[in-house]
Amino acid sequence: MNYHVDEKGFYGEFGGAFIPELLYPNIEELQENYLEIEKSEEFQKEFHQLLKDYVGRPTPLFLAKRLSAKYGAEIWLKREDLCHTGAHKVNNTIGQILLAEKLGKKRIIAETGAGQHGVATATVCALKGLQCIVYMGEKDIERQAPNVARMKMLGAEVRPATSGSKTLKDATNEAMRDWINNPEDTHYIIGSVVGPHPYPDMVARYQSIISKEIKEQMQGLPDYVIACVGGGSNAMGAFYHFLDDPSVQLIGVEAAGMGIDTDKTAATLSLGTPGVLHASRSIMMQDKDGQVVEPHSISAGLDYPGIGPAHAWLKVSDRARYMAVTDADALTAAVECSRMEGIIPALETAHAFSVLKDLDLKPTDRVVINLSGRGDKDMDTYMKELNLTEL
Amino acid sequence: MKNKLTQLFDGAHKDLLNIFFTAGYPQLESTTTILFALENAGVDLIEIGIPFSDPLADGPTIQESSKIALENGMSIERLFTQLEEYREQQPQASTPILLMGYLNPVMQYGIESFCQRCSQVGVDGLIIPDLPMLIYQSEFKEIFEKNHISNVFLVTPQTSEKRIHEIDTNSTGFIYAVSSASTTGSKADFSAAGDYLGRLRDMNLKTPILTGFNIKNRSNFKDACNYVDGAIIGSAFINMLEKSQDLTNDIDHFVKDIKSS
Repeated sequence: MNYHVDEKGFYGEFGGAFIPELLYPNIEELQENYLEIEKSEEFQKEFHQLLKDYVGRPTPLFLAKRLSAKYGAEIWLKREDLCHTGAHKVNNTIGQILLAEKLGKKRIIAETGAGQHGVATATVCALKGLQCIVYMGEKDIERQAPNVARMKMLGAEVRPATSGSKTLKDATNEAMRDWINNPEDTHYIIGSVVGPHPYPDMVARYQSIISKEIKEQMQGLPDYVIACVGGGSNAMGAFYHFLDDPSVQLIGVEAAGMGIDTDKTAATLSLGTPGVLHASRSIMMQDKDGQVVEPHSISAGLDYPGIGPAHAWLKVSDRARYMAVTDADALTAAVECSRMEGIIPALETAHAFSVLKDLDLKPTDRVVINLSGRGDKDMDTYMKELNLTEL
Repeated sequence: MKNKLTQLFDGAHKDLLNIFFTAGYPQLESTTTILFALENAGVDLIEIGIPFSDPLADGPTIQESSKIALENGMSIERLFTQLEEYREQQPQASTPILLMGYLNPVMQYGIESFCQRCSQVGVDGLIIPDLPMLIYQSEFKEIFEKNHISNVFLVTPQTSEKRIHEIDTNSTGFIYAVSSASTTGSKADFSAAGDYLGRLRDMNLKTPILTGFNIKNRSNFKDACNYVDGAIIGSAFINMLEKSQDLTNDIDHFVKDIKSS
């Protein structure tokens, strides 16, 4: 089975570039150039140099001993939270900013949910001296205030998306509209493995450094790789070099919100059906008329009604398993990771930890959790939801 | 069999006015009132927008009208029912009707049944802005043709000459020339579009050309018609509907003002 993108930009039945004609030249330019640029010696040299000296890679693979004892297996944490800017998102923005530079773009736009991708984009724009505009849902601006401040400090302009659910989906719409209005000088740095081809493949390639390092650091194959999925970029990065190793169980963890039996959820693969959202065919949450359903998750980074087409294909072809974790269970897992390992994870990442209790683990199992981001940005939510002030 | 759209372009035609509005806006049942008023006012083509929750290519005016239409309960099925009612009430109505909609709702309805219903209620053409040409050719073209539905593609000032020729080959209605690199209803100045529209005209394409996006008034309309077969007005019309207390009367004034020479 081929789990990678085909020459037409599809993963099985999913993917493609369902773009309005207005975006055709932009997408065509990327399709024609992204592989050649990525494979060039010049790009590779600068990309890896920056990942090492600027991002701080390779990130450690840490054996979490207390969690291992509790769950009866070896639990390893891939420490993407230790990347510069505090999450895996920067791997992709480093790649895309180099690409944008090679294409001669002067202006960078991005969408962001939790703000991590926005911060990572603002960071690389500052590094390269490029103008940066980040679209962020009005609701997310409220719940991720520290990241909004960081983007501004880094010199980016944060523009609120005020339509629809005022979250990641709407920020993505606004960014695409901006790109339509600025087709020539602007590069759109999409933050996840979503959007029209070649974005899902391009972002997966830049994030694949995560699984490349895990493979080297483990000296052998793990039994499980677990990662949270919103659009699915950290999961795809963590899965990438294991896709063709069938003994490795790949588990993506979606946000169930209040529960998958409620209408307050963002569990796209559990509840969604095939459709076209943000210019690719994938699985999405929609009503019977094909209108996009507004999702809910306590975590802004997972609050998205779609998912990358590669994940839809991994699910349909049974290569990966997808589980859904509620807001409440994610909060519990966040506290557990904090208090047992001394690591406060991002709310998104906490979803991945929560499935440990549901797996049938053996003492010899080697489990890797992609610790995609740190939790500083979520302290307001943690304080409020956990009543930390009273503890 | 020719549909009303191809008949229109087969005859002598110039200065064609195509008015766009969103189905189910401002009220759910406004669709038929607006259709009737446009027909009576003498527009040349009517383009009805199927509201979508995430209209990527649209600016704030059409986004807002889509949102309200969805809140009003608009759906594709409801639109087909309204069109049936319109045909029953106005059997003599002869203005070509196009539907403009994003791909996802059409896909969920089922492309085969969608085109059949279009044909039954007298829809002549479709504009699906996020339907890629390759997918159209492999999955949609046969179904469109079987149901006598013309298909309209967009071109923009950034579209290469080679691609314009490909689009010309694959178009069966008209080519929708977007006047500037923008979403609908932006503040972009239409007068800058002259060079580009002149370039399109001089390519002598087989397919007629209408231009749209940022055409707001009579003067823009006349400018556009100097270069191409006609023009499409959407956001400016919807802005008028939003303020209107008397749809029929205001639509008549709006259209006659644009068309007056």
